[in-house]
Amino acid sequence: MKSASIFRIVIGLYLVLFFAYMFLPLIFMTIIAFNANDIPQITPWKGFTLMWFGELAKDDQMWSALWNSFIVAFSVVAISVPIGLGGALLLTRLQFKARNFLYGVLVSPILTPGIILGISTFLFWDSYLNIPGGLWTAILGQSTFISSYCMLLIMSRAQRFDLTQEEAAFDLGATHRQVFWKITLPFLKPALISSMALAFMQSFDNYNTTLFAIGVEQTLPIYIGTKLRSFISPAMNALAVIFIILTVIGAVVYEVRRRREIIKAGVKITPKPAAQVIRM
Amino acid sequence: MGQDVELLDVSMRFGEVYAARDINVHIQAGEFFSFLGPSGCGKTTLLRLISGFMDPSEGQIKIGGKDMRKIGSNSRPTAMIFQNLALFPLMTVEENIGFGLEVRHVPKAKRIKKVEELIELVDLYGTGDRMVSELSGGQKQRVAIARALAVNPAVLLLDEPLSALDLRLRNHMRAELRNIQRRTEVTFVYITHDQTEALTMSDRVGVMSIGKLEQVAESDVIYNTPETAFVASFVGESNIIQGDIISIDGDYALLKTACGSFFCKNPQHMAKGEPATIFIRPETVFLAKDPTAENGLACRTKTISFEGAYAVVTLTTEQDQLFTMRLNNDGSVPKLQEGEHIKVRFSRENAFVLKNGGTPIA
Amino acid sequence: MRNFWNTALRDLGKIGVAYILITVGVWLVFMIIIPQLIMFDYSLRPMLPLRDIGGPKDVWTLKNYMVFFSNRLHMAIFFKTIWSSIIVTLTALAICYPIAFYLAKVARGAKVGLLMLGLIIPYWINELLRLFAWQIILADMGILNQLLIFLGIIADPINFRMGNGAVILGMTYAYILFMVFPIYNVMESLDKNQLDAARDLGASWLRIHYKIVMPHAKPGIAVGCTMTFMLAAGTVAAPQLLGSPSSFWFTQVINTNFECANWNLGAAYATLLMLLCVVFMFIMLKLFKVGLKELTQ
Repeated sequence: MKSASIFRIVIGLYLVLFFAYMFLPLIFMTIIAFNANDIPQITPWKGFTLMWFGELAKDDQMWSALWNSFIVAFSVVAISVPIGLGGALLLTRLQFKARNFLYGVLVSPILTPGIILGISTFLFWDSYLNIPGGLWTAILGQSTFISSYCMLLIMSRAQRFDLTQEEAAFDLGATHRQVFWKITLPFLKPALISSMALAFMQSFDNYNTTLFAIGVEQTLPIYIGTKLRSFISPAMNALAVIFIILTVIGAVVYEVRRRREIIKAGVKITPKPAAQVIRM
Repeated sequence: MGQDVELLDVSMRFGEVYAARDINVHIQAGEFFSFLGPSGCGKTTLLRLISGFMDPSEGQIKIGGKDMRKIGSNSRPTAMIFQNLALFPLMTVEENIGFGLEVRHVPKAKRIKKVEELIELVDLYGTGDRMVSELSGGQKQRVAIARALAVNPAVLLLDEPLSALDLRLRNHMRAELRNIQRRTEVTFVYITHDQTEALTMSDRVGVMSIGKLEQVAESDVIYNTPETAFVASFVGESNIIQGDIISIDGDYALLKTACGSFFCKNPQHMAKGEPATIFIRPETVFLAKDPTAENGLACRTKTISFEGAYAVVTLTTEQDQLFTMRLNNDGSVPKLQEGEHIKVRFSRENAFVLKNGGTPIA
Repeated sequence: MRNFWNTALRDLGKIGVAYILITVGVWLVFMIIIPQLIMFDYSLRPMLPLRDIGGPKDVWTLKNYMVFFSNRLHMAIFFKTIWSSIIVTLTALAICYPIAFYLAKVARGAKVGLLMLGLIIPYWINELLRLFAWQIILADMGILNQLLIFLGIIADPINFRMGNGAVILGMTYAYILFMVFPIYNVMESLDKNQLDAARDLGASWLRIHYKIVMPHAKPGIAVGCTMTFMLAAGTVAAPQLLGSPSSFWFTQVINTNFECANWNLGAAYATLLMLLCVVFMFIMLKLFKVGLKELTQ
């Protein structure tokens, strides 16, 4: 019995330490954002202030980088989701000998280090084809592996599709286009939506690939990286706080919605769905 | 209005394997036709060939006299009811039924009216706006039927539609399907492995062994005069004795077996000296009044099972050949004891000698 | 072959087949294969001024690779990167294994969801900002130093950024999720009854883990380690923010090459990095006897 309670204490302690490790850095970040100290530190505490948020708002470079991030992210979604859909359809509907091999090749961008995707994309378009690198190459570089993620997401849904539905629809006189729009697509819709969300988040957040693919332009992560390597100012903390707030709001909204849906369906709460959305 | 379906020398090959071979059958317009056979005999393949999901490797399929080669399933005058029903889960009952009309761009008002008519026909009042997942098994069946009938098919194809239902519902649906067929006069092509279903519902039945069509005839003909050993053993119960033909007498043959020699009908016109099997239905075996009459068997009763309207008696001969007899409970037969020595016989009209081979797997 | 096209057209229609071929074709050829080949091609060409490109001097050569193999410093960096990435991987594994096990087998119901959320939320915040947090903590006048001085443990601030420590710490922090989830996923499928039965028969926890849990979790561990290693070896952010000149990372060497516009050399080094990742992956597959299919969650 005694060993069981020692065991429990140890586990508890471990968990506390672990989550402290995960969250303390973020908590510190937040506190610092409100410290009127020029150097981002908790001590000395020079008074509560919101000035760093103001300084952040005045930074034109930040706004333009943010704008670029949005352009890139939306473009990546517009490219990756259709490609992912094509790949998913190819691998789930058609049988051919090289299928497993093709699957491996199409999934390989996920396993390839981001910088290599960025480099190869950049070399191809900027150097070889002489189309200057920039947002366009960043979009392509990111889409290369984000399409793989989309494909996997859509595939897992497509594999559960009952093909006899399509046969029935044909049998009743529908054309291919009608079958696709009325039967197949509505079924795939949830997967398409989550892959759009996933693609957006991954694109917005991406650093490694974008750094090498983007040439002289900047997206938000690039901007942050440059700023952090040069002159550190608590304005970055302010940016971090904004991120944290948005994330927490997003997480809460997501979890509330999920719980509500599950209560509607009357199923036990499992954490799996949350986990599937998050992959970097 | 139904159309006729012709399969002319149809074969379907998958790689080296033939799923169906040299099928020839002419299903009449407005007929209720069933393909009966064990699992894997190729009946689903035939249905898919008729509906247009594949084209036959060899042969021709004609519907209403028109050759259907290269015509896709969405252009043929057929509609299919799948074994798993394949209802559209994201649509309501009305949307399911109206789907065929929707893809034909039938104007909305007309479509709604037709859907209502069909809901009435299959007795689904009040379920129109429900999602199909909320329905019971029997209701889902009827949605599938209504959905198929909505497109006015000339031929309705049914793939073992009742196999997933419980016994009571199955019997009810059998009657309903028959009714619907008679009212709409659509040609029904029905496949099943359940012989009671096939025999009771159909105008004609086509019995299939693996890939081959063994016999096509009305139910009573199939039952009473099977043309091949497969049909005789698959449909209904039979007593089976193997032997050799020792003489021919017109339409009849004399078969010599270990238990004696018997006269029987010779539908396959077998010749003297051929090895063959004789089939005798249990209900045609009776106690011999005259112990010297032909086709007699001396045996001993083994078990007697009283099943209400009739009794099933199993007998063994001296040669340990098992025999089954079915006696009606009409008081004409004295009560038998187990282990009694009796003599039974059967009429040569009720026995058939058929070529060996073709026994079904299960 | 003809049968394949017939079925494809029958099932998907002309437009459907065309759509699939175009999207996957463009993706496969123009985004996956050709850029890689171009990079490989660049790695084999010497760096030439613009006017010499396409001329007689533009030949295939292994010169760029030779630069690497003859440069002691670069080779040292390469191996140090490998070594540090392994440390990151092992550290992450050590930290995450208990967590994954706890989540999969010990925690109950609502607790699991909450803990999951606790794991996931930090990851929605940009990697760079999280590394920045560590930058602050580990700085000369950073929180950790201040704490240690306050407690009297040390007198002068420690320069945490000297050496690999900070980078490794930061990376472990950044990639924990990639180790936890694969292992968690696999562990979830382990039947808890097996553990209870073993316990019932008197096995110690150590034994249970060694004999039952770990073999079952092998694929998950393999996936987690592969991803963590490849991320660690292939990332630029952490070394840039938390590193010092003495902890230069191989990716940073590549970056430097690119900043100096020596794309050929950079391409060669990038190819070497690529080879490293492929080799590592194969080692992991062999070590854990896992198939490629299982690697993709």
